[in-house]
Amino acid sequence: MTKVVVTGLGVVTPIGVGADAFWAGLMEGRSGAGEIASFDASAYPVRIAAEVRDFDASSHLTGREAARMDRFCQMGVVAAGLALDDAGLSSPDPERTGVVVGTGIGGLATIEEQHTALVERGPRGVSPFMVPRLMPNGGAAAISMRFGLHGPNHSIATACATGAHAVGEAALAIRYGRADTMLAGGSEAALTPLSLAAFARMGALSRRNDDPGRASRPFDAQRDGFVFGEGAGILVLESEESARRRGARVLAEVAGYGASADAFHVTQPDPRGAGAARAMRAALDDARIDPSDVEHINAHGTSTPFNDRIETIAIKEVFGNEAKRIPVVSTKSQTGHLLGAAGAVEAAASILAIHRGAIPSTINLDNPDPECDLDYVPEGPREESVRIALSNSFGFGGQNACLVFSGSP
Amino acid sequence: MTDRQEIFEAIEAHLVARGLDQDSITMQADLLRDLDLDSLDTMELTVGMEERFGVEIPDTELESLRTVEDAVDLIGRRIAVNA
Repeated sequence: MTKVVVTGLGVVTPIGVGADAFWAGLMEGRSGAGEIASFDASAYPVRIAAEVRDFDASSHLTGREAARMDRFCQMGVVAAGLALDDAGLSSPDPERTGVVVGTGIGGLATIEEQHTALVERGPRGVSPFMVPRLMPNGGAAAISMRFGLHGPNHSIATACATGAHAVGEAALAIRYGRADTMLAGGSEAALTPLSLAAFARMGALSRRNDDPGRASRPFDAQRDGFVFGEGAGILVLESEESARRRGARVLAEVAGYGASADAFHVTQPDPRGAGAARAMRAALDDARIDPSDVEHINAHGTSTPFNDRIETIAIKEVFGNEAKRIPVVSTKSQTGHLLGAAGAVEAAASILAIHRGAIPSTINLDNPDPECDLDYVPEGPREESVRIALSNSFGFGGQNACLVFSGSP
Repeated sequence: MTDRQEIFEAIEAHLVARGLDQDSITMQADLLRDLDLDSLDTMELTVGMEERFGVEIPDTELESLRTVEDAVDLIGRRIAVNA
């Protein structure tokens, strides 16, 4: 079977843009959360988020190109450009290079802006660019046009698992021989007045407004929800043969991909963690590795009361006695929850852990929930070689995707 | 009274805000060939000018637009109609 390797990473995150800045942020235990700056949230019960401050699209887009795109799309193109740069891939073979990039929500800011125009000015006030700006496949389409990539191209929308499903499905495309190189991941910029109200009404968001840097606290007894984030993560995947042919630096292998559905509830995870456990097992089976070989887990770890408790149950279900040996980290403690981009950004964190030989920490874990009793690496990053890492992503709707990455033996 | 220069400057400001190079925007500039404006760009420009000058420009009028000057003249005519 064709082996699929990762040769480049591009990330736009609240703790750093580009793989080096992102990794430095993780190693410093930096939090990307703060008071919301992009609009006045003073009337909201939640006034904090993890925004990408001073995001600059000009590194990879002209002003003209950027003006036609929603922010989620701009972030996706910039992350793709960074990933290609990181892979040293200035001119990928157009016919043999494809894109799988999704978003959890799409161009919500565009929808809100244009709805206001409709209400205030009537139908003629609505921009003819509204549809291309809001459509969830806009990121994947823009990436193909910006970089001239003619291979298979589509988008995935599985809420907070989008980025992980995209990487998994792109790896399958290479395995099946449909492409030699794929850009895969997710992008999200859905922090708007409407979505903030909606997520807050669900009770999904932390209300620790007076201490934003400590609001995302996965597995902690005082956790009270996730911190709304934004950003993008794109991986360059290649067949091992393609990478070898061009002498590319290989960061890790995409060893396994597993997916499942809870088929239980639209927002709550299955209380036994059965769906999550099935996805983890499927990914390990796909990689043909034993649970005892896993040396690091990048958890979904949202900092919601439900997720962290049930993900812990699921990990114990899959790993049994080995569970407490494995360093399980939620990098969302630092980045906030990047929704559709989260799975790809966390895949990048897992790959960097393998490639750079260190495990990031779960920050803000002051008093672990008694029901969350694994090794979450609360004390700070660990210098430790990692050969096999598992990255978990679980979306609203009960859609789950897990990825296994491995380094050189 | 809205003069042609004011209309030109409004068009220029609209296009610069969308990332076009200010130097490329002249009265003689061809919307498609010189400025690379497609039908959606032209539609958006029209909507922007309708809002700016409080006029309505029928979509059927857009087909005849070739240069920036054509657009200035069209908007000027609609302002005169509405005055």
